[in-house]
Amino acid sequence: MDNIFSFICIKTWEHLQLTFYTMFIAMSIAIPLGIVLGRSRFRKLSCCILRFIALLQTIPGLALIALIIVLLVFIRPIVHLPTTGFFPGITVLVTYALLPIVNNSYVGIKNVNPMTKDVAKGMGMTSRQSLFMVELPLALPVIITGVRTSLVWTIGLATLTSLVGSGGLGDLIMQGLRSLQLNLILAGTIPAAFLAIILDLSVAKIGKWLEPGAVKRVK
Amino acid sequence: MIIFDKVNKIIKKKFHIIFDLSFEVEKGKTLVLLGKSGCGKTTTLRMINRMIKPTTGNIYINGEDTRTLDPISLRRNIGYAIQNVGLFNHMSVFDNIAIVPKLLKWDPKRIEKRVDELLELLGFKPGEFKNRYPAQISGGQKQRIGVARALAADPPIILMDEPFGALDPLTREQVQNEFIELESDINKTVVFVTHDIFEAVKIGNKIALMDKGQIVQMSTPKELIEHPKNEFVDQFLGHHRFQLSLMTQSIRKIVTKEKVEKKFVRGEDSLSIRSLIFDALDILKKSKKEKLPVFDKHKFIGFLYKKEMRKIINEVIK
Repeated sequence: MDNIFSFICIKTWEHLQLTFYTMFIAMSIAIPLGIVLGRSRFRKLSCCILRFIALLQTIPGLALIALIIVLLVFIRPIVHLPTTGFFPGITVLVTYALLPIVNNSYVGIKNVNPMTKDVAKGMGMTSRQSLFMVELPLALPVIITGVRTSLVWTIGLATLTSLVGSGGLGDLIMQGLRSLQLNLILAGTIPAAFLAIILDLSVAKIGKWLEPGAVKRVK
Repeated sequence: MIIFDKVNKIIKKKFHIIFDLSFEVEKGKTLVLLGKSGCGKTTTLRMINRMIKPTTGNIYINGEDTRTLDPISLRRNIGYAIQNVGLFNHMSVFDNIAIVPKLLKWDPKRIEKRVDELLELLGFKPGEFKNRYPAQISGGQKQRIGVARALAADPPIILMDEPFGALDPLTREQVQNEFIELESDINKTVVFVTHDIFEAVKIGNKIALMDKGQIVQMSTPKELIEHPKNEFVDQFLGHHRFQLSLMTQSIRKIVTKEKVEKKFVRGEDSLSIRSLIFDALDILKKSKKEKLPVFDKHKFIGFLYKKEMRKIINEVIK
């Protein structure tokens, strides 16, 4: 009993690590990308990039895992990247996590009232000052929503990537499936669900805390 | 002082929206750009702080060609207030007013002092309003904060693009009156865009009536109403000629000055020395009194008698 409990703890910890790394990488790619696309004058190019990322999302999770593994094996002679374990797992998860964040950053920045931006410019703000003092704070609630969506998806999908040996709570579920042990499946599923709820709520809390006062108070 | 010298604006090489515009705004005066929508008044305003670049021609501010100035620092030295407020909803009233001083890297203590000063000037209690957000104050209050923000770094020039356009008539009148009082105090060069002839007559020292990117007539409000240059101006004045001519005169001339030792406290039915005859009529009628006390700020000056008003009206009717 003690043994299984510590096993669950280790797997939960792995799961958390997977989620954190994924979210960190996805956010540091997706938020700047969304902002650049939202402010870019090349509307068509922005649309194309957004559609491409949306396209990645339509590939089923399992298929994406398979595709990326095959791809990694394929380029192995040129770039030697690990084909099992943590790395491919993270690659798959990041690919999936990008869309909601990019999309929401794009929409958030794009939907800042042009009049507001005009005033910022008229008062003598440089483009960068306008972005950091006005546009980003106003877009923040929308961006946070994107991050939350992405987070919940990642926690769910991270149970699947145990197929490629990335570890995490998926290991418990897979073992349970192979040996038809319901308690093992539950031991994987319940912590995953709790993780999703707890992390989602804490990101929401952080978002609330970061959100500009006005929005906070009006609610 | 602002000078426009043969300014043209052509968009996409096709649309000629400003046509050989030349005019001058004297220091400390208020020029109202008046016209229908699409006549180029906002474009003209936005060319002053280089939000729009003129295609040809020069604009001089205090003798300096704006083309040679850095647009960012130019804009920081010109107050800017626009329609529908444009207050930043994510910033408190304090932060909104403090934007330009912060951009100019003022000392925090100086900013704090300046904001308090401005809030008091516009009739707010600083302690009560500083930390509120735009969503927590009324439309009229927002508009006044917008004016305070434009004044924040004490710029010599202020540009206003229909700043009171979104207010209901009652609040609008109140804010306009407050602005007139304020304007007489601060001595700024103001360029004010509006499509409302009443507002123009009330606020402007001079009015430039525009049509199709050109100035049709530029003169004092009184002259515009009494001697419209052509049919277009006449049409623009519409059927309100009588009301308008009552609005071009303040009650200053017809106030009977009086010395009263004891301090009069400004109450409900009282007038400012800068009130217009038009407004005075209203208050006279409402209060049903024979005379009304007149104040300059909070200092008592004298009385306005009903019979004086009758004289003036008779003159206008003739």
